Amino acid sequence: MLDTTFSHLPNTPGVGYKPQHYSEILEAPGPVSWLEVHAENYMGDGGRPLAQLGYLAERFPISVHGVGLSIGGEGALDKDHLARLRTLCDRVKPASFSEHLAWSTHDAHFLNDLLPLPYTATTVARVADHIKEVQNHVGRRMLLENPSSYLWFDESTMSETDFLFQVATASGCGLLLDVNNVFVSATNLNMDARAYIDAFPVEKVGEIHLGGHDEDEDEHGAPLLIDSHGREVVDPVWALYDYTLAKAGPRPTLIEWDTDVPDWPTLRAEAERAAAALAAV
Amino acid sequence: MGVSQSDLTSAILAPDADVPAGLSDGHGKTAGKRFDVYRNNVAVSLTEALVTAFPTIYSLVGDQFFRAMAGVYLRQHPPSSPLMMFYGAEMPAFLETFEPAKGLPYLPDAARVDLALRHAYHAADTTPIAADAVQIAPEDLMASRVELAPAVQVIASAYPIHGIWSLARGGSKPPAAAQDVLISRPAFDPEIDLLPPNGAAFLTALVNNATIEEALDTSSLDPASGFGPLLGLALQRGIFTRLH
Amino acid sequence: MSNTTKTLAIAGAVAAAMAASLSTPAAAQAQEKCYGVSLAGENDCAAGPGTTCAGTSTVDYQGNAWTLVPAGTCADIELPAMADGTAREGSLEELARDLPA
Repeated sequence: MLDTTFSHLPNTPGVGYKPQHYSEILEAPGPVSWLEVHAENYMGDGGRPLAQLGYLAERFPISVHGVGLSIGGEGALDKDHLARLRTLCDRVKPASFSEHLAWSTHDAHFLNDLLPLPYTATTVARVADHIKEVQNHVGRRMLLENPSSYLWFDESTMSETDFLFQVATASGCGLLLDVNNVFVSATNLNMDARAYIDAFPVEKVGEIHLGGHDEDEDEHGAPLLIDSHGREVVDPVWALYDYTLAKAGPRPTLIEWDTDVPDWPTLRAEAERAAAALAAV
Repeated sequence: MGVSQSDLTSAILAPDADVPAGLSDGHGKTAGKRFDVYRNNVAVSLTEALVTAFPTIYSLVGDQFFRAMAGVYLRQHPPSSPLMMFYGAEMPAFLETFEPAKGLPYLPDAARVDLALRHAYHAADTTPIAADAVQIAPEDLMASRVELAPAVQVIASAYPIHGIWSLARGGSKPPAAAQDVLISRPAFDPEIDLLPPNGAAFLTALVNNATIEEALDTSSLDPASGFGPLLGLALQRGIFTRLH
Repeated sequence: MSNTTKTLAIAGAVAAAMAASLSTPAAAQAQEKCYGVSLAGENDCAAGPGTTCAGTSTVDYQGNAWTLVPAGTCADIELPAMADGTAREGSLEELARDLPA
């Protein structure tokens, strides 16, 4: 067993790990130098998923990315789930741990989607308290990811960037900036994506996400983008990524491709494009 | 006063309900289709989860029926945990009473097979006993008890579930006979094996801490023609983690 | 069956089981650290659903009116007779007849 513990993600490309790419990642990683896994997929008791992850974690820095903690939930955090996260992080010793600004559990029902919340002083306090609880339980700092938005709560009293800044300041967490989510939200809510990046506290960004989205429109004929992670990153998102790197400097950058997962060369080509953008900063 | 997560949850799970007030496109227009994105994400992602989770049921009833049935199931039984790998535990009970499927009375057992294979895939890793551990005096072996690996499940059925499982993967027409199966995981891939007559009762007795002799007696498994092949299968699949 | 007969039967069964398990090389080979997916085309088929943070543009959230009948491989299944030899209730024909309008 190699005695390697990766303390941080490098400022290079990573990909969302899919088991079908296992052999090729080991044989021909190209510029892919770290991997991200969804925490909940590695919370079984044993078997191939944990065996593969253990093997990969000896060779690559791993980012554990939770999708089910419901940090934005009105109710208390699930203590069993916090314990499972702790177990996984102790096992994998990830270089990074992140979760979403969203909720997914209500009254013990898990809805399997990242659901939105209003941006108010009340929700800042709730989310910040939950993040502090997570960081205490898991024993490490976490990164909080900006969501893809499809609608706006009329009760919101502040912008998303203000909200994230206040939560990060109050809880001590870092931020995960999903540039595709910024593009999707800005398009859907008819805002300026570059102004969002300008207002974002980039000094707190520990990781960047890039992914593909689908295009639709609402019943009024306005564009409605869906964060599907099912295709290549589009050119306007690559341009927004370049803009972000120019402001923030190089950051660990993940290619997310979760549905209609392509073959390894196609995914690696996306990572190569990110590598080129990072090298140009 | 804003819209609560309780209101949002109810509206997400009820496709015909009104969109909760207080949601917009950010510029004064109400959120109709925008809210439907979340309804859709929840319904589609849980339906896809069930398609992945129950390949045997999916093959038996076909895509259209399965997806429509999943739409009913996911609203009656939304997940109770974020571990999607275990979603669908109530499916056998659901299928017992789901009226449109009542002409297919073997579906609950087929769902149990799908659940057991998934459970086995994610079960804790264990080390089986060596095959020669059973090479002890027959009297000692008969007085022994065993512990079984956590991946192991025995499913007894009044229907040809091994044949049905096989048919769903392109196999031939199942025999019109009752079948029992053993689910195990020798290394990383779950296995499903047809059990001999009385084999399920024998293994179930062992699970309940009977000695091998007691299990033979209560199950009526034939000590020669039944026990030998079953012991061979058990050793090959590594289902015993301890003999004592 | 007398105890002696049973003991002899068990001894024979163990010998047969040993022979069977030793003649199968799978047991040893399967214990190798084969973390990768072992069977081409059956990639993690038993893993079950995973989580994702992606949404979907496939539209399907409506409730359903029940006009559907199972239409998969179930058509090939013949039900075993009940213990008393009578045919078991339940068939596709009956299902179609009993569906609510």
